Amino acid sequence: MPARSTRAVRSTASRTTAPVRATARRRLAAALALTAATATLIAGCTSGGGGAIDKTAPAHLKGTVSLWHFFTDREAKVVQTAIDGFEKANPDVTVTIHAGQDDEKLQKAISSGQSIDVGLSYTTAIVGSFCSSGAFRDLGPYVKRDKVDLGDIPQAERDYTEYKGTRCTLPVLADVSALMYNKAQFAAAGIAAPPKTLDELKADALKLTTYNADGSIKTLGFNPLIDFYENSPEHWSPMIDGQWLAKDGSSLIGQSEGWKKLLTWQKDFVDEIGYDKLRAFTSGLGQEFSADNAFQTGQVAMQIDGEYRSAFIADQAPDLDYGTAPTPVLDGIGHYGASYVAGNVAGIAKGSKNPELAWALLKYLATDTDTQVALANGLKNTPTLTSALTSPKLEVDENYRTFVDAAANEHTLTSPATTDGAAYLKTFQDAWNDYQEHGGDLTKILKKVDADIDAANQLAGP
Amino acid sequence: MSTATLAAGATATATPSASRRQRTSPDARRRRVALVMLAPALLGLAIFFVYPLIASIFYSFTRYNQLQDPEFVGLLNYRYLFTQDPQIAAAVTNTLWFVVILVPVRIVFALLVAGLLARARAASGFWRTLFYLPALVPPVASVVAFVFLFNPGTGPVNQILRAVGIPGPLWFNDPNWSKPSLVILGVWVMGDMMIIFLAALLEVPRDLYEAASLDGASGIQQVRHITLPTISPVIGFSVVTGVIAALQYFTEAAVASGVASGKATVGGGTGSGLGYPGTSLLTYTQLLYTRGFTSFQFGYASAMAVVLFVITAVLLVLTMRRISIFRAEES
Repeated sequence: MPARSTRAVRSTASRTTAPVRATARRRLAAALALTAATATLIAGCTSGGGGAIDKTAPAHLKGTVSLWHFFTDREAKVVQTAIDGFEKANPDVTVTIHAGQDDEKLQKAISSGQSIDVGLSYTTAIVGSFCSSGAFRDLGPYVKRDKVDLGDIPQAERDYTEYKGTRCTLPVLADVSALMYNKAQFAAAGIAAPPKTLDELKADALKLTTYNADGSIKTLGFNPLIDFYENSPEHWSPMIDGQWLAKDGSSLIGQSEGWKKLLTWQKDFVDEIGYDKLRAFTSGLGQEFSADNAFQTGQVAMQIDGEYRSAFIADQAPDLDYGTAPTPVLDGIGHYGASYVAGNVAGIAKGSKNPELAWALLKYLATDTDTQVALANGLKNTPTLTSALTSPKLEVDENYRTFVDAAANEHTLTSPATTDGAAYLKTFQDAWNDYQEHGGDLTKILKKVDADIDAANQLAGP
Repeated sequence: MSTATLAAGATATATPSASRRQRTSPDARRRRVALVMLAPALLGLAIFFVYPLIASIFYSFTRYNQLQDPEFVGLLNYRYLFTQDPQIAAAVTNTLWFVVILVPVRIVFALLVAGLLARARAASGFWRTLFYLPALVPPVASVVAFVFLFNPGTGPVNQILRAVGIPGPLWFNDPNWSKPSLVILGVWVMGDMMIIFLAALLEVPRDLYEAASLDGASGIQQVRHITLPTISPVIGFSVVTGVIAALQYFTEAAVASGVASGKATVGGGTGSGLGYPGTSLLTYTQLLYTRGFTSFQFGYASAMAVVLFVITAVLLVLTMRRISIFRAEES
């Protein structure tokens, strides 16, 4: 009887729940179908690109080609002037310029299949992603066909414009870092020449640092905080000839004695003045890209900066008596005179409808000496051709000379591209930020940096 | 079989069908009308919620950079998110800090100010406008203003503190003070919450207070037993919207980091300054954004978005259960 009763209950229950279950199944099936349909739709939304190129370059260029770049205002006019030269040389070609387009817009436009021919980006961080994905076409066949002499491009610039053997971009001007120093403050402190080694840098910096009556910093010789203005692992890498990644993409930072020595030197420097004092002083300084830049106001006597600072000083602090010198190096490890270089890169988008015109324009911007000189004179960045760096037409004063020489230096280095936008630099920077404040076991910290970078590489894929 | 018979037969067969149509037509018509009227909303829901949600779930199992076809990688993104991402712990901790501290502090201050304004007799319009005005300031402008006001070296706040012998903190430049500094900003711009509380407080029937007063209830007892229960749905609404906003906290923290680090640029992209000082202002949505748009890892960013969606849903269900404002019997 109990068994029959249970069966009866089950039976009743199953009768009542059966339609509910059926409805639930139908809903589940509908949801799965919707998901599958959406997934199919999503998967189908991406597009390919590229293709074979003509065996010979066209004898006569004709048509319209678009150029997307990030410059605005005065700088955009400089680019326009260069483009005017291209159009003059090719009267049947019209260049449509889209100015003020940052990398995010460029990427969205390319992925959505918009008709972009040449894209100019301000960062080398895109190279890994754009080369490996085909967002920018492989320029190798064009370079080979037209016998373009890539040897005129310095090694570091050649390195950061390709990814794993695929050259999808060419460099169009670069930023080079060096030491800028206040000559008046040097003279007042009795310092005859800019420092060449890190020991000299620290000694001069301490001599140039002055304090208020309450012990707070009044003026600083050199700000050793690694997150101050242009201080960063990249811009400090020439100090120790810093290496980043092995050929297989794994991190070399933790295994490098140079990095360990540099971090130790920097931490000692910070501790000698006091982290809190430095942070308090730094937080009262003006914005880096404003007239209140601490070097321009005389609050900081020396800083690592790019060649573009000269243009800011000429415009915002023309009376500043300053000089430039190569980045000081760790004795016996770094190469004095070398620098860190990174800059603008340009490529042909995968959806380009006029790849031959796009290549002609790209070649003009990246490999024509006079164009590079004109752009460098206007934008005050360094050219990315050796022939342009040594051109008599390049307007070079005493301070700019340091950057030009550093750009041409054989030991000048860069940071390699990865598909995740060189995220390893941020990982290292975060660890360094933490170390300069809290200290800790440096070997362990750098090992963790290596592990984090390697794990991120695995996520990013080949 | 005459024509009449045939007609009668036809009528006999048609009658049940016609009556069925008569029975169901009004319902069907109502359903059709409802569907037509709901169509725009349903369409919007499908395009702007269902599709992105399903797309995010799909992409979260892939390696995807918007430039190539997505590559299925199974649970790789989730594994990295939960076990390997060196920045995730800081991002989650900071975000939860804002949920736990910023939301209650803003609600308490908004409630207190609304309570005072509800009692104001003279120039009540002026005071209401004064306290509401900061909410109209664009977030970016208010953050920039606050960072300059609280500048440790040159800002007026620390100058006043120094004048009275107090060494001011580094505010937005100190990892320990950066989040509290944003809470102060959050309190300053609490006008949006305050105005809702004020409307709710003015709706509480006066006779309840009069009766409680006659029964000898103290001011605190009146607040506890009359005011708070009456306006609890509004408090609940504020908690729910506040928690959602805190989980998506982005603009204020990002701008504060950029300006305080001295590296603010126009059109220079994002990434390098985010989280400053240290990683104290790195929020979950900022990390998600940089993974997607700086590191080109949209698959991983999608996994982060899915996890955020689940956490938000769970937190909201728990919050709504706790404050019981959405229960059917109460509505």
